[in-house]
Amino acid sequence: MLIGIIFVISVGSFYLIHLLPGDPAAVILGTGDSPANRAVLYKQLGLDRPLVVQYFIWIRNVLHGQLGLSFISQTSVASTIRSALPIDVEMIVLSQVLAFAAAIPLAMRSARKPDGILDRILSAGSFTLLSIPPFIVIVLLVLIISIKLGIPNTGPSSYVSFSTNWIANLESLTLPAFTLAVGSFVIYFRVLRSDLVATLQEEFITMARSKGISRRRIMWRHAFRPSSVALLGAAGVNIGGLLASGFVVEYLLAIPGLGYTLIAAINSSDYLLVQGIVLVVSVGVVLINFAFDFIVNMVDPRISRE
Amino acid sequence: MSDLIEETLLVERPEKSEPLGALFWFCVGWLALNVLGAIFANVLPLQDPLYQNYSFINAGPSLHHWLGTDDLGRDIFSRIVFGSRVSIAVGVGAMIIGFGIGAPLGMLAAYRRGRFDLILTTLMYVFLAFPAIIAVIAVLSFWTPRALLKIILVIGLASVPIVYRVIRTATMAIATKDYIVAAKVQGATDRRILVKELLPNIAPIAVSFLLIGIATVVTLEGALAFLGLSVNPPTPSWGNMINESRTVMSQNPWLVLFPSLALCLFLLCLNFIGDRLRSHFDVTEVKL
Amino acid sequence: MSGALLVVRDLATTFNTSAGPLPAVGGVSFDLNKNETLGIVGESGSGKTVLARTIMGLQSRTNATITGSVQLNGVETVGATEDEMRRLWSTEVAMIFQDPMTSLNPVMRIGKQIDETLRVRLAMSRSDARARAIELLEMVGIPSPAQRYNAYPGQLSGGMRQRVVIATALACSPKLLMADEPTTGLDVTIQAQILNLLDGLKERLHMSVVLITHDLGVVATRTSRIIVMYAGRVVEMGNTRDVFTNHRMPYTRALLESSPKVASPSHTRLTAIAGRPPNLLRLSDGCAFAPRCAFASDRCHQERPELQPSAESGHSFACWNPLDPTEGLSRG
Repeated sequence: MLIGIIFVISVGSFYLIHLLPGDPAAVILGTGDSPANRAVLYKQLGLDRPLVVQYFIWIRNVLHGQLGLSFISQTSVASTIRSALPIDVEMIVLSQVLAFAAAIPLAMRSARKPDGILDRILSAGSFTLLSIPPFIVIVLLVLIISIKLGIPNTGPSSYVSFSTNWIANLESLTLPAFTLAVGSFVIYFRVLRSDLVATLQEEFITMARSKGISRRRIMWRHAFRPSSVALLGAAGVNIGGLLASGFVVEYLLAIPGLGYTLIAAINSSDYLLVQGIVLVVSVGVVLINFAFDFIVNMVDPRISRE
Repeated sequence: MSDLIEETLLVERPEKSEPLGALFWFCVGWLALNVLGAIFANVLPLQDPLYQNYSFINAGPSLHHWLGTDDLGRDIFSRIVFGSRVSIAVGVGAMIIGFGIGAPLGMLAAYRRGRFDLILTTLMYVFLAFPAIIAVIAVLSFWTPRALLKIILVIGLASVPIVYRVIRTATMAIATKDYIVAAKVQGATDRRILVKELLPNIAPIAVSFLLIGIATVVTLEGALAFLGLSVNPPTPSWGNMINESRTVMSQNPWLVLFPSLALCLFLLCLNFIGDRLRSHFDVTEVKL
Repeated sequence: MSGALLVVRDLATTFNTSAGPLPAVGGVSFDLNKNETLGIVGESGSGKTVLARTIMGLQSRTNATITGSVQLNGVETVGATEDEMRRLWSTEVAMIFQDPMTSLNPVMRIGKQIDETLRVRLAMSRSDARARAIELLEMVGIPSPAQRYNAYPGQLSGGMRQRVVIATALACSPKLLMADEPTTGLDVTIQAQILNLLDGLKERLHMSVVLITHDLGVVATRTSRIIVMYAGRVVEMGNTRDVFTNHRMPYTRALLESSPKVASPSHTRLTAIAGRPPNLLRLSDGCAFAPRCAFASDRCHQERPELQPSAESGHSFACWNPLDPTEGLSRG
């Protein structure tokens, strides 16, 4: 099933690009555009073969790790992706660490006293945050930063890679990671809180209490485990979607991750690059979803037995 | 708590479901205001949203310009009202397409099952696996020149698989219930069952999801504007305005704040109403 | 009185619901001595479970008001904080619940669930706890305890699960065990086994037991005293024998008559109690059983009877029109 989906995605990626209006030749040749030159270019790029054949050639190359040579930049698509991908990964990982670190303890606090003061504030607050899209969060944060610190908001990307200077690296990714974390936090908090509240009503919790076990231990060892299933499910869906919303954030902050690269590629009609990125991202999302399903099954033996 | 106590409460207050509350109606009112503003923008006494008054650049709120002006001297307030047209049109339009196609298909597939369901669902799931946003971005980038209708169309079509899945799941949960089977046995035609029995029961979930969908699409339009993929300037849209504000942030914080506020309030009201409706219709919860 | 393990005085639990105050338990007073078994009997909704939880201190106080006094080994528990209660739980008093499937954490191995108590409360080491847990499993009659140690609750039958629950509850040798309908959800044949197990453990561990049930057959031979509850209040209480043979309250009679007896001829019609349990939100000022009672007088509808001692035997009852003490039911 997984293979099937990936296969179809690859076809989709391929045809998507070719279905789009616009002509790579026109872009490449620029002023030297003429029918004759075109024909030569097509032959060079292998674009004169039938579409289906082109697809198979592409797939064969992909499976060898070769995503082609970008028409525009003349660098290997694969290497471009390879240098951009880790940035995304790091950004997402950071954001999720932040989100979980905040969501789990707060959800536990909230679930202990449902409708208590903390719970109400957090629930109302998270609901509000839910309605603030990431790009607005960034804009607002930048506004606050630039007003408070008097730093003008212009300039090239401040991104510094990890190997160069890891402190600066973390600094440069703080803003995007934080922005993504906000959205994730809201989802995780809500899901975990409501699941914990439900789990805490179950009789085995009362039984555990009657065994003289502390509230804290009950929360972590008895309530969290069944509830974490829902949390993992939500995480799977969320992270899959993060790849996409991360793009906008990247683009805004000029961080050279996949999103930024993709947008730039689209703008410069760099078809091969677009194709490659779309393929990698889509496959990535699918794999993540499958991985999470798998983990969920491991955590809760009930599900696999049903 | 013992069953008897729960039973007693249900007997005492059988009709009592979670009340909608004042805040709910406030949100409805706000949304209605936005919609009316969008529809009647032309006839309302507003400044011209496109008129650039160079003597009033980046002005703060004043009697003349309620919310101030932007970096080209245009009145922010009227641009926000006119901008709501884009957001609302995209939100509603895309959902009409999404639901118009996805919902009937979903219901039909869940009800009929069989090969029809199998083929259609597999197809939809494949589409679902593909990150829709990327497709939307790609298509909109290449399909120039930009137009509101194109945006609505693309987003609408992209939302079909999700709508399909939600409606199908909801229908399946109900279609297996006994009263549907009973109706069938009594000889009711499929059409009748679909309309009279299934539809009313799906309605709460569908409406709730519809509202969430509109919120998502409106957010998407905002994000697209940041990528330069929404309507072309100088047409105002909330996303456009916020995007434009980025360059003059320090001089004109109003340009950042007011459209953001408009967008966020709109989304907040939508989410709130959707959430409220959901808990109102969920009669399985017994509240102490 | 002195030396009593459990002393309950005027215990009342009222729920604060959106429809008004709901008095689930009212005016309950009794003593329980060491090594004694007390039965609490009543229909569902009579308040027995709420009573049990209140005595244990498990009843959450967010929506409920608890008044009165409960003294466990001299320690007052009403109004105690959770921390204070926790010191008593498992080591002084433990509870087992009706449905063993929901009393055990479904995603945790049973061995671990027993270990937990030992390690947290008695600070046992891992290996010691494991050894003791296996001992306990054996004590409650689980075959191949060492293998079963690693099982999940879902892999065991209902009777086995309940045994595990018992093992968990008794891990720290509490002096008092509250058993809330411990056999109700089980097969009839298993019921007897579990009850016998409890009897044996009670002897062995010198434990007092409060046995809560709606089934009179269960309390008949296994308890020394019983309390009959209706609509949250005690309507009759005393030595089991006395209550069974010399009961005065018509409800007690009705309860006894409605339980099927093995020795009665087949196809004997079961005498159901007419009417339905009262709506606790709308209790009248009179006796709660009056609407269903064949002997109700005007006074019964207007004034609620207090417990009074029966002259002939040692037990007490609450009724304005008590039955004639000589009309005892022959034990069947």
